[in-house]
Amino acid sequence: MPRIHIDHREYDVRPGRNLLETCLSLGFDLPYFCWHPALGSVGACRQCAVKAFANAEDTNGKLVMACMESVADGQRISIRDPQAVEFRENVIGWLMTNHPHDCAVCDEGGSCHLQDMTVMTGHAYRKFRFNKRTYRNQYLGPFLNHEMNRCIQCYRCVRFYKDYAGGHDLDAFASANRVYFGRSDDGVLENEFSGNLAEVCPTGVFTDKTLKQHYTRKWDLTSAPSVCVHCSVGCNTLAGERYGSLRLISNRYNGSVNGYFLCDRGRFGYEFVNVSSRIREPRIPVNTQGESWEEHVHKATEVFRGTRIVGIGSPRASLEANFVLSRIAGRGNFYHGVSSSEFELSKTASQILAKGTVPSLSLKDVEKCDVVVIWGEDVTNTAPMLALAVRQALRNRPMEKSIAANIPPWNDAATRERVQQERGPLVIGSYGTTRLDEVASMTFRASPGALSRVGCAVANQLDDAAPLAGTLDEEEQAVANEIVRVLRSARRPVIISGVSSGSMEVLQSAANMAEAVRRHNADTGLVLTFPACNSLGLALMEGRPFAELLHEEQDRRGTLIILENDLYRHADPRTVQKIVALFDHVIVIDHTWHETARNAQLVLPAGTFAESEGTFVNNEGRAQRYFQVYEPVNGIRESWRWLLTLGNALGVSQKGPWNSHDEIVRALAASADVFEPVMRVAPSANYRIYGQRIPRQPHRYSGRTAMSANRSVSEGKPPEDRDAPLSYTMEGTRLPPPSVAIPFFWWPGWNSVQSVAKYQDEVGGPLRGGDPGIRLLEPTSKAPLYFSVSAQKPPEVIVVPLHHIFGSEELSVLAPAIAERCPKPYLAAGPMTFGMHTADHGAVMRLEIHGRMLTLPVVVDPAMPKGVAGLPVGLPGMEYFELPASASVIMQLQNAE
Amino acid sequence: MRRQLLLKDINVPGIQSYDVYRRQGGYTAVEKALRGMSPEQVTEEVKLSGLRGRGGAGFPTGLKWTFIDRKSGKPVYLVCNADESEPGTFKDRYLLEHIPHLLIEGMILASYAIGANTAYIYMRGEFRWIFPILERAIAEAKAAGFLGSNILGSGFSLEIHVHPGGGAYICGEETALLESLEGKRGNPRLKPPYFPAVMGLYHCPTLVNNVETLATVPSIITMGGAEYARIGVGKSTGTKLISASGHINKPGVYEIELGLPVEEFIYSDEYCGGIWKGRQLKAVVAGGSSVPILPADLILKTAKGEPRLMTYESLAEGGFQTGTMLGSGGFIVMDETTCIVRNLWNFTRFYHHESCGQCSPCREGTGWMEKVLHRIEHGEGRPHDIDLLDDVAKKIEGKTICPLGDAAAWPVSSAIRHFREDFEYHIRYPEKVRNPKHFEIEPLVPRRHLATA
Repeated sequence: MPRIHIDHREYDVRPGRNLLETCLSLGFDLPYFCWHPALGSVGACRQCAVKAFANAEDTNGKLVMACMESVADGQRISIRDPQAVEFRENVIGWLMTNHPHDCAVCDEGGSCHLQDMTVMTGHAYRKFRFNKRTYRNQYLGPFLNHEMNRCIQCYRCVRFYKDYAGGHDLDAFASANRVYFGRSDDGVLENEFSGNLAEVCPTGVFTDKTLKQHYTRKWDLTSAPSVCVHCSVGCNTLAGERYGSLRLISNRYNGSVNGYFLCDRGRFGYEFVNVSSRIREPRIPVNTQGESWEEHVHKATEVFRGTRIVGIGSPRASLEANFVLSRIAGRGNFYHGVSSSEFELSKTASQILAKGTVPSLSLKDVEKCDVVVIWGEDVTNTAPMLALAVRQALRNRPMEKSIAANIPPWNDAATRERVQQERGPLVIGSYGTTRLDEVASMTFRASPGALSRVGCAVANQLDDAAPLAGTLDEEEQAVANEIVRVLRSARRPVIISGVSSGSMEVLQSAANMAEAVRRHNADTGLVLTFPACNSLGLALMEGRPFAELLHEEQDRRGTLIILENDLYRHADPRTVQKIVALFDHVIVIDHTWHETARNAQLVLPAGTFAESEGTFVNNEGRAQRYFQVYEPVNGIRESWRWLLTLGNALGVSQKGPWNSHDEIVRALAASADVFEPVMRVAPSANYRIYGQRIPRQPHRYSGRTAMSANRSVSEGKPPEDRDAPLSYTMEGTRLPPPSVAIPFFWWPGWNSVQSVAKYQDEVGGPLRGGDPGIRLLEPTSKAPLYFSVSAQKPPEVIVVPLHHIFGSEELSVLAPAIAERCPKPYLAAGPMTFGMHTADHGAVMRLEIHGRMLTLPVVVDPAMPKGVAGLPVGLPGMEYFELPASASVIMQLQNAE
Repeated sequence: MRRQLLLKDINVPGIQSYDVYRRQGGYTAVEKALRGMSPEQVTEEVKLSGLRGRGGAGFPTGLKWTFIDRKSGKPVYLVCNADESEPGTFKDRYLLEHIPHLLIEGMILASYAIGANTAYIYMRGEFRWIFPILERAIAEAKAAGFLGSNILGSGFSLEIHVHPGGGAYICGEETALLESLEGKRGNPRLKPPYFPAVMGLYHCPTLVNNVETLATVPSIITMGGAEYARIGVGKSTGTKLISASGHINKPGVYEIELGLPVEEFIYSDEYCGGIWKGRQLKAVVAGGSSVPILPADLILKTAKGEPRLMTYESLAEGGFQTGTMLGSGGFIVMDETTCIVRNLWNFTRFYHHESCGQCSPCREGTGWMEKVLHRIEHGEGRPHDIDLLDDVAKKIEGKTICPLGDAAAWPVSSAIRHFREDFEYHIRYPEKVRNPKHFEIEPLVPRRHLATA
């Protein structure tokens, strides 16, 4: 372990890192701009200069850029050296020559890295007395605002956007102090991770446009640690509220999950919380009266008492809510609110994770892999952050060369120079074009049947015990051979598949591949994605798919409770109507109006993720807690709280009296072995730090005495949180909270998101006390879990599901900004898909799936093989179809124009 | 007696063409080398000759060639840096335009020596009219069997490609040039870890040489390195092209033997022919706009009183306090009516314009200096401006990724060091300097020349 001297004191530090990371990890305040913990060093801004001395006798030393120097044993540096201090101040002086003095009206103000660094260096007096450079700003779409005048040319935006996230439409233009970061023309920033620019930018050039609609300073937000609800990855977020509306989603660092970044769906999808289609108060049959909503509900449900209660749970509701519902309904009466095929797929996926031999990988682990095989998933659209992790993994193989040449991985400039366009092996087996194709070493576009044939053949080639699923043609054999070759060459291979392909054969063949590779390589990993934020959590619970209600004996009527679910997204309309008609009473608990809720007798308004607390199990099997951001108003309650009320009202006795979230969690943990760790995911509600709660509001929170003065001049008592150790005020401990309960990142002198370094063990490492979340599933088996995949005769045309990051997810698409990026319904087809019918762009096709007619314009995907067509999933205005499915009747209504 | 190696045949009619060039003895060096010398011998001759890089830095050429990593198993590239864009330097253009085969011959020899089979000429975008000249010369050489595969039956093959730059001065910096050649934004690379000799173009070993350097190689091979080394003084061997411009009677490109006294160069009729209009010499920028400016007394004689010679060492005598650099040989002469501030503003404006915008000191500092200089020159100067200017320049110097920062800072620091009076005059008499020709109307009489000083 190298020992270095900083300002005449000795420190033992970790080798292989640069001086800047080391100094920050040791707790020093050293300013920087162009360096970013996830992006590495390029040595451009010259802000992190320190004095380096040759030896103990050297008193002159020379200025070096800390971000460009490796730590070395015996190294002597000074941060406080007057020359270094002066130089650092000067760098700020230079940057400030063209930076406007508009902090007061800048969205970044109060959480601005440039502000922090300016104060840190002590630059206070302005020597530059000229006009500042000005630019024309661009329209960049619904997510980001562009204000180039503020730019300090740190280049982090293009480095993130192009190098890290694989974007193409943002670049550095012009030269000297006129360098411009933007698109070649005004237009929507296309990359799925563009929103991160708001956090990557050290100042206010790129800012959150959705926040601008309801702007609030960082210090005025009531924030709580949250978990993204828009896909199964479960990125950690910070959700901020003011005046009863959710204002901002920003990244909450979790070293094992999302690291420093979020996808645009997760960052901008939050506005569904504020939309007018929210269910804001209970809809109760009019003839009831009561003091409180609870009393109302009690009276309204009197007639339901004693009937049979059937519950339909939800993949987007918390474990707690699903658990309470399952207890109210009782054994055999709890149904999963997912389609039958999704149910089977999710169950199988959860079994693969629990009963196989291959561990599921976190995103951090995926970034460390060197060979990636994606089977049947379009991860950019179904689990976007996974795609970002895959992009980083592809750098590992070529980086071996630069590391061998003594180029440390943090040296981004030199590494990229060495790596150039080289990428590690990525094999994508998919139905059609995916966004990651551009970085793939091989793509194989095929029908589900062919994908599973090849997958099983790969597994069989690697391990004889793995069953085959039919014979391969020549092309398929070549693909299988190539996959075997790259998998054999891997140090750390990862197989990625999931539920979104809709195909059991594909999922099982991917699992077979992973199991077979695992025979050869103990570092093999598996990632399975799921459709919703708690799909895996639901799949781990007992129950059956709700469509099975149809097949039960018809005479037992009763009360149906539907939890946070629009059944029309999981079954075709006729099935849903039939099921609903089976029951006398239908109760819906959800936060947003939809077809299912509109047809229910009793509708109870649920809190969204921001108005409730709960636990989700992400695709890795990691149970993660999210906390209530603000107390909801009117009749909005957490789903589980409504369920408790309903349980009481319906006279269903629980095992014990559950009154709080903690009690439910305890009961949940006791209910099944797999849920036992959920108890330890987060501290209980009575957790205190020196007797104090963790405040949701920063100490600079303003307006507390005034913000409700329009209603009453006396300041109301802040709500008390009985379910979490967090308070709704700025009073409370100022000590760092446990990693799972960090409501905002702030440190003296570090107001921006960059303050996260102060919460980490070391820069870029886990949060102090370990990254939040506990894995529920670890492979226990020693013997491989192989599936015999049934080879079915392929139909003439098979319609497969296609997913869209903006549009396919139920909640985010309600947010106006996301809706703006949502495509119109279409039918994707390859040029040869329909045989004799020409499928041209814009041609309108009519086809029949499951006996239902569908008329859609065609979008040609040249990559789609013959006999495969694609239907986007979940877009507004599209009915549910169980896919993949054969499409039988085809008619071309209109030719392309 | 002056000897000419590069410009010997420059005035022969039709020397642009292969036939005439060949008739004048062209490509004999290639024949000599490829038929009778090993690559190592060619490098050895260049080392013996003491040839130093003519692009400005003056690094020993032969030594640079030996740095090429030939064991990497990767292709080796030769890149000719023809991105000549420094104010006051126009020698490479002269060679490219008038005697292109000399460069091609030099490139064949250098490629042979380092084992390159592909060579690029990265040419300044503004030299548009020279492209057809070079392309034709390359085609002619190829037709004559001096380019292409298996040249002269030696088994050595070489292709030369001309690549146009986009007109950015920074792309003359060798790593920025390589970035640009690779099709990227022309931002200089950080050194270390890589040096082009090991990791250059497409991360292959790459030799980057200036046009004049390469054009000198044929003479060295023909006459022998030892013979070449006999020209010149000490470590400054051989001949050098000087682009003489400014207030002299005979501006132009001159080939001098290194060691020529500066005074002779300025005043002899063979070279610059003295200061125009019979005026007095005020200052000289001896090696292109980026080197420190020197006043008349210090350019003619060193601080020790010895005559200043046109050599790398003599011009640098006295360090930056009283010396300068030979640089690229852009010799800019200024007469007594020259306003140093105006000249410096012009230079600084250039460096501001050409900064790539990568690192903060240069990106922001050059613009700031330009603004301050503009203010002083236009009669808006403030007393603190001179110190501010000096301060900004000092903060840029040595703190940047590439040498452009230094190149922008040195002229400013040296002008203030040697001509502070010019600056003070501007601040004291703002109304006088508002006329751009202020020193023509009323020359500045330095204080030490005044009886009352």
